[in-house]
Amino acid sequence: MTEIQSYTMNFGPQHPAAHGVLRLVLEMDGEVIRKVDPHIGLLHRATEKLAESKPFNQSIGYMDRLDYVSMMVNEHAYVLAIERLLGIEIPIRARYLRVLFDELTRITNHLLWIGSHALDIGAMSVFLYAFREREDIMDMYEAVSGARLHATYYRPGGVHADLPDRMPQHAPSRWRSKKEQRARNRNREGSLIDFIRDFTERLPGRVDEFEDLLTDNRIWKQRTVGIGVVGPERALQLGFSGPMLRGSGIAWDLRRTQPYEVYPDLEFDIPVGREGDCYDRYLVRIEEMRQSNRIVRQCLDWLVAHPGPVILDDYKIAPPPRSVMKHDMEALIHHFKLFTEGYTVPAGETYAAVEHPKGEFGIYLVSDGANKPYRLKIRAAGFAHLAALDEMARGHMIPDLVAIIGTQDIVFGEIDR
Amino acid sequence: MAMTEESRDDGGELCGMIRSRWPEARVARSSLGEVSWSLAPEALLAVAQGLREDPRFSFEQLMDVTAVDYLAYGQEDWMTEASTAVGFSRAREAVQNPVAPPHPEARFEVVYHLLSVSRNERLRLKVPLASDRPAVIPSLTGIWASADWFEREVFDLFGILFEGHPDLRRILTDYGFIGHPFRKDFPLSGEIEVRYDPEAGRVVYEPVSITPRTLVPRVIRDDARYAKPDPAEKGPSHD
Repeated sequence: MTEIQSYTMNFGPQHPAAHGVLRLVLEMDGEVIRKVDPHIGLLHRATEKLAESKPFNQSIGYMDRLDYVSMMVNEHAYVLAIERLLGIEIPIRARYLRVLFDELTRITNHLLWIGSHALDIGAMSVFLYAFREREDIMDMYEAVSGARLHATYYRPGGVHADLPDRMPQHAPSRWRSKKEQRARNRNREGSLIDFIRDFTERLPGRVDEFEDLLTDNRIWKQRTVGIGVVGPERALQLGFSGPMLRGSGIAWDLRRTQPYEVYPDLEFDIPVGREGDCYDRYLVRIEEMRQSNRIVRQCLDWLVAHPGPVILDDYKIAPPPRSVMKHDMEALIHHFKLFTEGYTVPAGETYAAVEHPKGEFGIYLVSDGANKPYRLKIRAAGFAHLAALDEMARGHMIPDLVAIIGTQDIVFGEIDR
Repeated sequence: MAMTEESRDDGGELCGMIRSRWPEARVARSSLGEVSWSLAPEALLAVAQGLREDPRFSFEQLMDVTAVDYLAYGQEDWMTEASTAVGFSRAREAVQNPVAPPHPEARFEVVYHLLSVSRNERLRLKVPLASDRPAVIPSLTGIWASADWFEREVFDLFGILFEGHPDLRRILTDYGFIGHPFRKDFPLSGEIEVRYDPEAGRVVYEPVSITPRTLVPRVIRDDARYAKPDPAEKGPSHD
């Protein structure tokens, strides 16, 4: 009789299926996983400590870099926390703009997730299609903020700027004929709103294409059905949130249960899974893309009909417009003080949570009345999810581990902070 | 200040229920609508168990565990010499109402954020740890499984020990890291830097060569906007 011993194996930190710098120390019994010990922190940048050394507004850019595939939603929680402590109300148009970009961000997050998740499991083509759609959302980001990824678009008091009237067009290129060029710029003739509307008309069909490729695909089902099952009770115990919780059958969505901004005025449904396996979480996220698309269209309709200010008219918090500074001494002083010293936030503490594409993203902010946060704690959804990896992967095989990492939708920017 | 002043009178439903079970509870709803409960480490385990098991509360989820180091609370950069070599000499009036840390005898405070999905309620537990004793607090891993990694993180970054934690290892910092980086007396630039030494042919660890520098001084101002509105005075204006 040969004696089979368990052995220890290293997975990552440089592994294409580890979604970043994840190192797993696996205890294997043949091909079966007995224990998973994730070693994280390889991307730890001490964002929370850095934020303590900067005026409030200078940390907005750091928030983008936490979960770097859903940038604007991270900013949202941070500015919400500041606004609560300041006790300010932002203009209604800014609320709609934030919801608009939150939902576009949810779509881009899920597009990247479905692309990489399918690629991990072996479906190459979904990745290419998903990135094609994602590119359009990057262009929307760029049009509104000037940056494709790290937008720094949300500011305490509103958003940085209103939607531009003209969508930037592709420049002529010697590699493309005039006809080709016209076709590429076809949906960029009008404003950014027209461009987004064109996108929302296209997206449901694209999501159908993803579903054609995956939902009834025999291999996809073999790889995801019954893998990484978490029951509703256990999901609550493990601190799950977002699609991970909804996939286990709990209809919990902060946009509905603890609404912020204008979500109470918008119509959308909350998809819920039944089995709590990778396949159900896939279905939940697919449906979330459709629902986000619905919200985006409602926001566009509202934004077209209701022009107005997009940031608070309070020079203590939001910078005065350049045109005012040219002739108003007070405005110039406010501008100078705002950018050299910032504003002071009243002493107190708050916890602001938003429904991030990955789950509950929360900011616990403690202020002692200074122009910098006294303590900033970032509650990242992925941290709690990855902590449950050991439990979810035990008894499965290594290829299933890859499926479970994919279904958790982890990004190390927010886990390591 | 006026914004977040806590009052024990207006507690709301959750505060009332907590007080009906724990009459001594120092629980209050802030003006932002968030319920906080400050309690001693000895009471934590029993309270946490009750909050989860009792159907009146049913806090099924522990969403977050963190700590706050109150060492430098209410301090400004010109009150310290360490922030810069040259100091800040800008003229400025002294603050009228300096902010004091919430617990003068405690340096660390461990903060738990609980969520009840069935009752749609949040609760914040705050446990100050007296400075004259070692920073030890009972672990909640037996009550909420999610406490495991959250407590490891607080141990790693603040050096607070969780009694009864099954696997209290560092989690975010490097292998072999010394110190607890999120304490207020830990420099932002760190203590050690790493570089490749071509002569030695290996990676070497050395004390940092960066001089800490403050770009924007930390300043606390009595901003008139946050004071209680005084009808005699004109409101804030930027005209």
